[in-house]
Amino acid sequence: MTTSVEQVPDLGNAPQAAMAPVRRERRTLGSYLFMPVFLALVCAGLYLYVSTRELGSIEKRALTADTIGNAVWEHIQLAGVSTIFVVLIAIPLGVVMTRPFTRSFRGILLTLANIGQAVPTIGLLALLALGVLGFINVDIGFTAAIIGLVAYAVLPVLRNTIVGLGQVDENILEAGRGMGISKFGVLRRIELPLAVPIILAGVRTALVINVGTATLAAYINAGGLGSIIVAGLTTNRFTIQLTGAVLTAVLALLIDYLAGIAEDVLRPKGL
Amino acid sequence: MTDPSAANTPATAPGKIMIKLENLGKQYPKEPKPAVDNLTLEIPEGEIVILVGPSGCGKTTTMKMINRIIEPTSGRIILDGEDVTKADPDQLRRKIGYVIQQIGLFPHMTIAENIATVPKLLGWDKKKIDARIDELLQTVSMAPETYRNRYPKQLSGGQRQRVGVARALSGDPAVMLMDEPFGAIDPITRDRLQNEFLRLQAEVRKTIVFVTHDIDEAIKMGDRIAILQEGSRIAQYDTPEQILTAPANDFVADFIGRGASLKRLNLSRVRDIQLSEWPTVQLGDDHAKVVETLRASDKGFALVLDEQRRPRRWVSAPDLQRGAGRALDEIGLPPEAIVEPQATLNDALNELITANYSVAIVVDASGSYQGIVDIDSINEAIRTMRTDARARARVGLDTDSADEAGQVRR
Repeated sequence: MTTSVEQVPDLGNAPQAAMAPVRRERRTLGSYLFMPVFLALVCAGLYLYVSTRELGSIEKRALTADTIGNAVWEHIQLAGVSTIFVVLIAIPLGVVMTRPFTRSFRGILLTLANIGQAVPTIGLLALLALGVLGFINVDIGFTAAIIGLVAYAVLPVLRNTIVGLGQVDENILEAGRGMGISKFGVLRRIELPLAVPIILAGVRTALVINVGTATLAAYINAGGLGSIIVAGLTTNRFTIQLTGAVLTAVLALLIDYLAGIAEDVLRPKGL
Repeated sequence: MTDPSAANTPATAPGKIMIKLENLGKQYPKEPKPAVDNLTLEIPEGEIVILVGPSGCGKTTTMKMINRIIEPTSGRIILDGEDVTKADPDQLRRKIGYVIQQIGLFPHMTIAENIATVPKLLGWDKKKIDARIDELLQTVSMAPETYRNRYPKQLSGGQRQRVGVARALSGDPAVMLMDEPFGAIDPITRDRLQNEFLRLQAEVRKTIVFVTHDIDEAIKMGDRIAILQEGSRIAQYDTPEQILTAPANDFVADFIGRGASLKRLNLSRVRDIQLSEWPTVQLGDDHAKVVETLRASDKGFALVLDEQRRPRRWVSAPDLQRGAGRALDEIGLPPEAIVEPQATLNDALNELITANYSVAIVVDASGSYQGIVDIDSINEAIRTMRTDARARARVGLDTDSADEAGQVRR
């Protein structure tokens, strides 16, 4: 094999200037900084507002750094763990559902996923809490909440996995198969990488849904920022409600922001 | 074509048969007719065999059955003497280069990674793969240091097509399948890529099955052409010359279209035909001698040559009268439509049509005069080709006769 072949003049190659950039310009530093700064300002505003109020004993008890920190951490756990399960269930399911041999029962699976999202979460949570009470006695609230959240958020990831795999150019797959890459190899090395941007968009949606829906977990004693809101509602204290609600919104926006960055980083080059 | 087996066997078969399709068929469920109906075809080693036919004739299906992207429902595929009809398709495909019209480069991989796909599957070591990538990029006229780490999106259509060819060659397969590889490229780039590909093929001598619907591309690219009818039935399987000069039936004649004679002009070169005689004079000759030369011939004008026999001027009798007393290179018209012997008759015809005197002057590499191509010599060439082809077609019906190239027929 010779590598010392003379440099052949490259006929008809487009001038370098005409080359399209590999990918769109990443976000500018300004747009990267906007969201964290905005969220920090919102938190500071909330802190100022709360600290200038006359707080009663109920508020003082409900709004300690400890309680809030605990609630935020529980909330992140609820959203994070449920999203991990969603990914573990929905992506393999999406892969299976795009294989030719599942064509006959594809419709049924999608209907099930749709039901998961259509059933009101709060009802599902209550049912799960009751049902789960029977045979598990540790972490009743948490486990039940996770199951409810997963059922609710499977659909966007499943749908995006199916769409993402479906939009891969048939010709690219044929070229891959035609070169002798195995079916599994084509899936792993070509289909999945090319579907990553769309699948990630689904995961991001699921994550944001889960952060929002996890507030309902407070009703089955699973903690989270919802418990602050619920405490505010039951004691009729506006400051507590406001704190819980604002923190939930801030957390949702922050996680969406981080997921957006993850999307940028994980998207394969060249797309 | 009275003997069906003769139709499917190359009329002139040099060397061994690389791919043999035996009674190959593809019947899709719920379709009334098979897409490919009992096709038998032999493809000789080192040749470009073109499958050409109208849309829906089954040519692509036929090609895709060779690497079993489409599984045949009947018949056998023999590759290099080995029955691969039931072989592991992945292993089989690594030995067969595959180029499709849409190219199908992997967009998330660099050019180098795209080309490295098959060598990696074949388990080559990294050094060998790297060397191969550079070699192939140079083969397809793309500077490795510039293009190795680019992504497909950053290339033009023609460059992508080149990378597609390089990728198909990466595992050094003996056989390549090409499905309208130049179909989606603008006509100018296509022409250039076709020429480059022919030059490349002259070096690598792969056995190539090439599908197209464009008869002009088939004539240009093919060593042999199989013209297919519905159900992938062979209407004619022969060299481009034979197909153009002696179409086997009305279907073939229709498919070639009206321009058959013109297309044939692309296949023969000026050096292959009988050049016409023309009156010539030397630059220093006096006018009286020129007049005499002109009178002695039936042509109205003579070609003036210098000492090296290079064409200098066309002169006619009226030119001589008007320019009495002046040197021969100051009267008449400058010579135009000058062609070299390796030009195709099509080139020559093109030149002579636009020339003032409707003739093309043939010169050798040093520019010295060889003869003249006029419309009569082209006519004569076409007539000869036609008679030759008819004669050969008749011989083709007999057995065991050697053709004019001295190759033994099967």
